[in-house]
This record gives sequence, C-alpha cells and structure tokens, in this order.
Amino acid sequence: MDLTFSERELEFRDELRAWLAENPAGEPPAGEDANYAWRRDFQRRLAAGGWAAVHWPREYGGRGATLTESAIFFEELGRSGSPLPANALGLLLAGPTIMAWGTQEQKDRYLAPIVTADEIWCQGFSEPEAGSDLASLKTRAVKDGDEWVVTGQKVWTSGAQYSKWCMLVARTDTAAPKHKGLSYFLLDMEQDAVQVRPLVQITGESEFNELFIEEARIPDANLLGGEGNGWKVALTTLMNERAGLGFFLQVRLRQLLDALLVEASERDLLDDPVIADRLGELHIKAEVLRLTAYRGLSMIEKYGQPGPEGSLVKWMWSETNQQLTQFAADLLGPDALRSENRWSYELLRARGNSIEGGTTEVLKNIVAERVLGLPKAR
Amino acid sequence: MDFDLTEDQREIKRVAHELLASRSSWAKVRAAAEAGAYDQALRRELGELGWPGIAVAEERGGQGLGIVELSVLAEELGYACASTPLLASAAAAAAIQACGSAEQQARWLPGLASGELTAGIGTRELIADGTGSDLAITLDGDDAQLIAGPDTKPFDAIDPTRRYASLDGEAGGDPLAQGAAERIRIVLAAEVLGICQRALEMTVEYVKDRKQFGVPVGSFQAVSHRCAEMLRYTESVRSSVYFAAWAADADPERLPEAAALAAAAAAEAGREVTAGAIQAHGGIGFTWEADVHWLYKRAQLDAALLGGARRHRVALARIAAGRAAVPALSGG
Repeated sequence: MDLTFSERELEFRDELRAWLAENPAGEPPAGEDANYAWRRDFQRRLAAGGWAAVHWPREYGGRGATLTESAIFFEELGRSGSPLPANALGLLLAGPTIMAWGTQEQKDRYLAPIVTADEIWCQGFSEPEAGSDLASLKTRAVKDGDEWVVTGQKVWTSGAQYSKWCMLVARTDTAAPKHKGLSYFLLDMEQDAVQVRPLVQITGESEFNELFIEEARIPDANLLGGEGNGWKVALTTLMNERAGLGFFLQVRLRQLLDALLVEASERDLLDDPVIADRLGELHIKAEVLRLTAYRGLSMIEKYGQPGPEGSLVKWMWSETNQQLTQFAADLLGPDALRSENRWSYELLRARGNSIEGGTTEVLKNIVAERVLGLPKAR
Repeated sequence: MDFDLTEDQREIKRVAHELLASRSSWAKVRAAAEAGAYDQALRRELGELGWPGIAVAEERGGQGLGIVELSVLAEELGYACASTPLLASAAAAAAIQACGSAEQQARWLPGLASGELTAGIGTRELIADGTGSDLAITLDGDDAQLIAGPDTKPFDAIDPTRRYASLDGEAGGDPLAQGAAERIRIVLAAEVLGICQRALEMTVEYVKDRKQFGVPVGSFQAVSHRCAEMLRYTESVRSSVYFAAWAADADPERLPEAAALAAAAAAEAGREVTAGAIQAHGGIGFTWEADVHWLYKRAQLDAALLGGARRHRVALARIAAGRAAVPALSGG
C-alpha cells in the first residue's frame, strides 16, 4: 500500500499545474452560448498544449496517460477553476467507443477533430419512453440502398445545439429481442431532418435538448461496430461515462464544501456543535468519496476490473452534493434562496445529480445484482 | 499510488481468515459468550502464532510489522467476532511501540508480545479487556494515558463476547506521546470493518435464500437497496481504515485527521450495517438464535470505545474549516 503519487505521477501533475498556471481559463462569461464558446476556446488551448485528451493513446493525439494520471488531470482541472473541455462527451465517450469499435477509416476521420473541439459530439441514447430501460428504445433505422433512414425522438441530449455529430442508438431489427435489434450510428447533426429543441430545466438553463429526427439520412459507412451490435457498443460508451469525470466532480464537491466551511467560520457557526457535526459529516463523505475513487483506480490498474467500490462513487457523489447544497440553505438562511445567490443555483442543479448518468435507484440495482449477486430486482 | 494491500498483507489476511473460520465458528463464539469466559485454547494458539506482537519491534520480541498488518488482523477478528482478548493487547502494544518512552517500551513490550501480559483499551468509563489486565490505555480526545495495574470494576455490557470494565477511582497514568490514541482507534475501526463485512455477507446469503411470495426476499428492491447501502457503508469504512492505517505507518502528518475519519466512519457504519442485518433477517434476526446480534452488540461497544462518531465529526469540521480558510495550503 502506498498512497503517495509516484515520481512519474508527480512529474505529470507538476507539468500540468505549470501549464494551467500559465494558461488560466479566467472567469466564466455570462450567458450559455458565451459560456460554451469559452469552454470551446479553452479546449483548443488544451489541445494545442497537448493536454486535451491525456487518457487517449499517443497515436490519436493523447498522452497515453495511466488511469491515475487521468484522475490527476481531472482533479487539477477542477482545482484550478478551469471548465470541463467543451467536447467532454467526444473525449470521454465518443472517442474511446470509436477506438474500441471503429474501422481504421472511422478512426482516421473522427478522432482528431474531437481533440481540437472542431467537431463537437452529443449522445443520442435516452428517449421519452426509454430512460433507465434504455434497450426498449424505439427510434427506427431502415436500410435504403447504402444509407439508413432514421426516424424517432431522443431526449436529455446535452450540447446538441453545438454538436456536429451524435452517438445514436436506433432499432434496426424490430423482430429481434429488444437488446439484439439495436445498431450504433454516427449521425450528422447538420441536416434539416434533425431538429434540436432546448429543454428548460429547473435551474432555468438549457443544458439538455430534445432531438426530433424525421427521416434523417446516415451513410452505411457511419454504422459503428456492425449491424445489430448496438447494445454492446453502447455499453462501451456507458462504461466510459463514469470514469475520469468522477474526479472532476469530486474536486468540485470539495471546493463547494470548502466555500461553505469558510462561510460557516466567518459567521462563527463552527462553535455550534450541531452545525460542526453536520459539516464534519459532509467532510467525511467528501473524503471517503475521494479515497474510494482512488481505491477503485488501484483495483482497475492491478486487476483489470474495478472492485465493489467502483459502482459506488457516482451514487456517493450525487447524494453528498445534494446533502451539502441542502445544508447550505439551512446554514445561510433565506439569503441562500435568492435567485441570484450561487447556493440557490447549486441547490437546484444538485437535484439532477441523482438522475443524470444513471439514477440512484438503478445504481442500487446494479450494486445489488452485479456486486452482491442478489436476484434480479422486482 | 497503490491503494491496495500488498501480497504479504493479503497473505496475513488469508491465514487469519482461514484460521479463525475453523477455530472461531459461531458455535464457539456462542459457547464463549454464554459461558461468559474466553476460549482459552484459541487464546493460547493466537499467542503462539505471535499475533499479540504483530506491530512490536523484533528486538522487543514482536514481528516488526505495522498498523496496516495489525489492522488486517483486527478486521479478521471482527469478521469472526472472535471471543478472545487479543485485539486490546495487540493495539496497546502497537501504541506503546510507536508512542511509548524507551522505559515504557522495555517494561511492557516483551510481555505483551509474548502474550504473558495483557492490556485493556478504551476510556475511563469503558475499557475493553480491562478486567485483570496488567495495564490499560485510556483515551480522551488525542490524549492517551498508560495505567499500570489498573484498578477496575466489571462493566456488564450488552456484548458478552468480550469482557469490559471501567476504572475504579481517580488514579491517573503516564501519558503516551501523540499518535497513540489515533493508532488504537484505527485498530478498533478495523475491527468494525470486519464486523460490517460479516454482517453484509450473512445478510446477502439470507435474503438470497429466504423466500416469501414465492421469490427470494432479496429480489425486492426495498431489501436489495438496503443491502446496497450496507455495502456502501462497509466500503466507506474500508477506504478510511486502510488510508488511516497507511498514514499511521507512512505519513504521520496526516495521521490525526485520517484516524478521526476512520473512527467516525466506523462508529456510524458499524451500527448501521449490523442494524440493517437484523432488519433484513426479519423475525429470525431478532432472536437470540440468529447470530447477527453478536455483531450488532460488538458494533455498539466498538462505537462507544471509539468515542462515538460525533466528537470526531466536530473535530474534522474544525480541521477542514481551518484548511479551507487558507487556500494556498489546500493545493497539496
């Protein structure tokens, strides 16, 4: 057991810290489009410095970073106040999925513009009738010569309004069992048959969209992983969803908690044992989250697969972030509930944490069935 | 970064697990608890294996290993809910080894390592294995006192698998250096980790097997989600105990905070997980016959020995607030 970073890991961290110090992202601008442009610009700078895709192999523009180095990257990004790269879904999901399943032509065509943020990606998985039960999705793709004609509706598509490409899962065989009739496509968003409508969420922002697809055309060359393999390819995407990003979120949680601790001590509230108790509990949860995330990395690096702790991190993060933001409202009083107050935004945004990227209920089912070996839930 | 036990540490865990599985079955634990007396054969055997001195230097007659190895052992003692006084003596020896004066070390360590001397650990009100012990180490916050030949009276606790006592009179002791209280709490927290693991495994087995409405009760989400929560508590304790044990051996600056983290996490999780075990066992879980109550009782006493979760949470809040107020130092 050695919980210190290795020489190589420290070198990686220090080089990254130096780069981030020389290339500050600055304050986020107001307005969603301006904010997105800011993140896109920041990713271009990361790419120019060779930092945009650290976990990718060198041949595709990455650094061949280890899992621990990749975790360090996201931690340092969060710690420096930098934003997530604009093309996070491309870097974290589309890229690794194309590397795993793509033909050489597909890798040559799609990977490089992901790193430079020249082509943004979104994820077309969920549908109004297919959320947690993803495999029941209904969007249809019908072969027409050397093209596929796609019709259907997608939802929760973050960044769709900025995207050139969409990772689209559609049903290509209605006769096959539900997991078997799916295929995975790379859909060009720049066509009239694809309409993007923003969803206004409870914070008033629109991070997510609905996608209305009416006889969109996809060349057969944009099928990824072969016809009928969509479920397996989608699982590759979903497995990547929770890696890496967790460390960024974990640092953001720590920063939020530190801000609350500072507010509490400035108001002399730490002398109140009830308040100190609650803050201590939140501190413990944030620390345990960080430790458990690193323990999960060690397990993957040593044994090639995560241990039982691997399934817990996202659940722990979402619950802790919700408890933290709710406690901030108690601690800071009605001021925290003013619309312009940062804490009111954090409170509302946190409600999405236990839904996005796998609801807590589904995560508990996964833990019960796959980790504990309990019978399939009813 | 390697957040995992080494091969040697895994081997210690495996050997302890197998030995205790054969020597400390539930039938043995129950017999010892109902007789109100320790299993002397087990005690002799563990002493001969050198376990009491696992974290004592070789020149003092021990095995020269660290808190990580002792914690691994404590975890298995908790898993077995073993009715034996090993844990307190081994933890006291580890604390004296790391934080005792040369004189304290010379006086106590050879005897503790060989098993000739025994020690109690806890607070003045509640000492595990204090009765008839040659010394006791009492904790109060980050202070630890070594009391030679403690004057104790029995404390009739709800956990009959272990003997408890409280100090009689006001007699004080000799202070141990900083770090002793932390090390003892880490060992106790490691025992709780084993208790959680056992309670979780027994529960998972039971709810897979027990059928109602024609199906295993573990297929109901109300039950399976509680099991998932028990796993989360258990793994949270594991992360914090391994971190704290490593800090005790390798990073003394982080020890106070790491030990408080492990103590708070264990004090809460032990009670939650063992309570969940009783609940998931249904009516049978509330009977004397089902063995989960031994784990629940041990977890309650361990939480008390740890000083409860709350004082550690309050201490941690103040440490964290102090650090948050100085952003320049939070970058490490």
